[in-house]
Amino acid sequence: MVNGISLMLAEEGHGAFSDGGLLAEGAWLIVVVPFVATLAITLFGKRLPWKGAELALGAVGFALVYGGALLLTSWFGDGIVHEGSVKIGEFGGFEIEWGWVVDGLSSMMFFVVGLVSTACFVYAVGYMKGEVRWTAFFASFTLFAGAMLMLVSAANLIQLLIGWELVGVSSYLLIGHYWEEEENSSAAIKAFIVNKIADVGLVIGIIIAAITVGTFTISEILAKVIESDSELDDVATIVALLLFVGAMGKSAQFPFHVWLPDAMAGPTPVSALMHAATMVTAGVYLVARMFPLFHEMAPGVLDFVLIIGTITLVGAGLLAIVQDDIKRVLAYSTLSQLGYMTAALGAGAYTAGLFHLFTHAFFKSLLFLGAGSVIHAVHSNNMSDMGGLRKHMPKTFWTFIVGSLALAGIAPLAGFFSKDEILASFNEAGRPVVLLLGLVTAFITALYMSRAVFLTFFGEYKGHGSPHESPAIMTLPMQVLAGFAVVAGLVNIPGITSTFYEWVSTRAATGFLGEHATSFDVPVLLLGLLAGLAGIALGYRLYYPDAATQQERDRLYVRGLWPVLENKYYIDDLYMEGVVNPIKGPIARFIDWTNSYIIDYVVNLVGMLTRGLGKLVYGGLDQRGIDLAINEVSAGADFLGGKLRYIQTGKIQHYATWLFLGAVALVIGFWIKVT
Amino acid sequence: MTLSQFLVLSAGLFSIGVYGVLIRRNAVLILLSVEVMLAAVNINLVAFGQYLENTGRFAEGTAASGQVFALFVITVAAAEVGIGLAIVLLIFRNRSSVNVDELDALKW
Amino acid sequence: MAYDRSRPPAIGILMDLGDIRNWVFLVIAVVMLAGSIVVVTTRNVVHAALMLVATLGGAAAIFILLGAEFVAATVVLVYIGAVVVLFLFGVMITRAPLGGQGALDHSRKWPAALTAIATFAVLAGSTVAFFGDAEIGSGDPVLTSEIGSSIFNRFVIPFEVVSFVLLAALIGGIVLARRDPEA
Repeated sequence: MVNGISLMLAEEGHGAFSDGGLLAEGAWLIVVVPFVATLAITLFGKRLPWKGAELALGAVGFALVYGGALLLTSWFGDGIVHEGSVKIGEFGGFEIEWGWVVDGLSSMMFFVVGLVSTACFVYAVGYMKGEVRWTAFFASFTLFAGAMLMLVSAANLIQLLIGWELVGVSSYLLIGHYWEEEENSSAAIKAFIVNKIADVGLVIGIIIAAITVGTFTISEILAKVIESDSELDDVATIVALLLFVGAMGKSAQFPFHVWLPDAMAGPTPVSALMHAATMVTAGVYLVARMFPLFHEMAPGVLDFVLIIGTITLVGAGLLAIVQDDIKRVLAYSTLSQLGYMTAALGAGAYTAGLFHLFTHAFFKSLLFLGAGSVIHAVHSNNMSDMGGLRKHMPKTFWTFIVGSLALAGIAPLAGFFSKDEILASFNEAGRPVVLLLGLVTAFITALYMSRAVFLTFFGEYKGHGSPHESPAIMTLPMQVLAGFAVVAGLVNIPGITSTFYEWVSTRAATGFLGEHATSFDVPVLLLGLLAGLAGIALGYRLYYPDAATQQERDRLYVRGLWPVLENKYYIDDLYMEGVVNPIKGPIARFIDWTNSYIIDYVVNLVGMLTRGLGKLVYGGLDQRGIDLAINEVSAGADFLGGKLRYIQTGKIQHYATWLFLGAVALVIGFWIKVT
Repeated sequence: MTLSQFLVLSAGLFSIGVYGVLIRRNAVLILLSVEVMLAAVNINLVAFGQYLENTGRFAEGTAASGQVFALFVITVAAAEVGIGLAIVLLIFRNRSSVNVDELDALKW
Repeated sequence: MAYDRSRPPAIGILMDLGDIRNWVFLVIAVVMLAGSIVVVTTRNVVHAALMLVATLGGAAAIFILLGAEFVAATVVLVYIGAVVVLFLFGVMITRAPLGGQGALDHSRKWPAALTAIATFAVLAGSTVAFFGDAEIGSGDPVLTSEIGSSIFNRFVIPFEVVSFVLLAALIGGIVLARRDPEA
């Protein structure tokens, strides 16, 4: 059923591929053009007739055309593998380069990022009409796309990290675009901080890998993997784990998923781009790029990836059922689909995970643009204010239906093929539990999407005013994306086409890149399809007949489970009460007699934590247990924070005293080490 | 002349400057103490430049490099005094006082 | 110079008192240390500024001793000529107590003293332990032309950066200290 072409390719070396000639050598333009455009928009965007939007459109359009050209050349030629670099500097033994990789994987990502960005930018020209800070919006939007392209093209981990952080910064700017409302700016801060926490893992992982191998260049690190370099092997598990922690932050995997639903605060085109092609796919891309490291040297981490992905895919899918905000439904759906991708990579299915990334980019951006079009028409995010929009907005309706069916995995739309391949890979990897959960989630996916469709487009209109179809500049990108959502799956039909597999396995010699299914796994296929249809049927049964009048909560309400879902498993509350409040709480007053105090408090704290742990075990894992854990953790942190705050007196000379004493201590420590 | 004698002098000046920075309440006097510390650093730079040049293990011009760095420090110190005094002036205008221990708004 | 473990710390032989330059050094050092102690302890702000002049003058003398004549001249011009005058202006404008009051210092001095002594112990101790009685060398003056070519060849980019910092400080100083037009 499967074969391992790429192993063969690896043994032949990459002589089998062309170097792409001038086209690949100039691929740095894809990255540079958006950055130049960002600068130009910032400097004189306001003086242009479209106030900078034309530069933004030109930049992403260029990326689309160039990425498409690379992909087509690669597709109809021998496949391009090219790595160019410019040395920027050197410190210690490390050379810092700006490099660009052109291979099947990055070409595919260039194309996806270019296409989805272009669609979202065109749409944004219509959507953002009359909104505040138009030029600033397009500047950060272009930076966002450019940063993602930089991340994707990166030939070394430093450059990848720079792109990674720029994505974080620009997403912060975009999520907080309407910063006049405090909720939005705190959503932006939340996204930034959660990402930053996860980034610590990435940075440490990169440093360990680079110090072990002696270079930041990805292809050289992966070459060491093939050589089974023993030094790298020693640290591979921790490196892979840390890299994945970074990926968990950007790709919003449990428990770092909390930022993504709140990131809905940004304008809808931003959400569309963020959820489809940029930002959240970065983590999946990172794991895929470093996949040989995970697969050859850190199989344990790959299991961890699988578990995290599975938790996310089920947990987030359930959350999507109870949301009223249409964008939040889609946000949780993105989480769930990212869980699919992550779990597929965790199950060793490199192609399946990337394939779902590819198809998902089209239909998820389409769904977000559709939701934006609806929100634009009814001036509300809540589905309880919608209904009956089928008649008012036919184009939005049809494209949304296409996107929903694709997401629900109904044949022959794009999502069907990719989801089926993932489910088949779970089966292939011998993971029946994951397979079962994947099928359940396929059912849930179809349920929440049909719920969204029925509540939004069927029944009677429940909002105010009279909604009308969006202008052509907004519907056109949706129609283009709908076209891709229909056909994108055709590039990888098991046994018929293997184009996508060839794209993503066209890489410099990197060893094993997963397997490619050569035939359908028929029972899984039928079960997956059945789950999707059953979900739609249940959605129809529950939400269609009287969608206009029903109180939707009464329809499908599971006591005990629903409150948990509506509170997002209390994870946000846990972070807020247990971590954020005690720390952000004023931390203060200096004490000269710190010594005796700290010793006492450490003893007390250990006691408290032990007691908390004892109670947690005693209380078990039911609701009460979770509540108690939250209380104890926050009480412990509150206690510690309450005492530590005395160090912060606000008097700079106290700080300066500690500074000098700290320097003295460092010197003494170093001295002891030397002698 | 040994290198150590200059470095010990510089360490003494630096520590006296540290004492002044920590003990003074008046912001202008804190800036004065910082100047003492910077003078100590300059002595260090010039002395090391001279010493390394004469060990002969470095390229010609190491002494000049040390002095150039001392010049940079002087320049930056001048900028620092300018800005520092402007800030002190602003604080004085707003609070009629330049005592730093009254400026403790940045606490809990 | 690499740390030579076999050589015992040479605390007692910091300098050879047979060399006349070391006597000069001692005199300057005593002046500088005394001056700086007055800077950080006096109750009169103007005295502090004047003692800073003495300390910096001592630093200029040390530079001449080290063959850094251009740096010495710069210290005299920039510090004593400009910075100290600036300080005196600052003192006058902010009406800092000109004498008498004890409010210039914090009441509790021992943590600061402890920190300063610890800093000195670590700095001086590691210096003596690592460099011992290593000779500093001939002390031939470095020609100003050498410094000039060093600045404008090897250090031209830092030089430009520093000039930018100065410009920013100039503008910043004006912006900060300017009164609002309506005030």
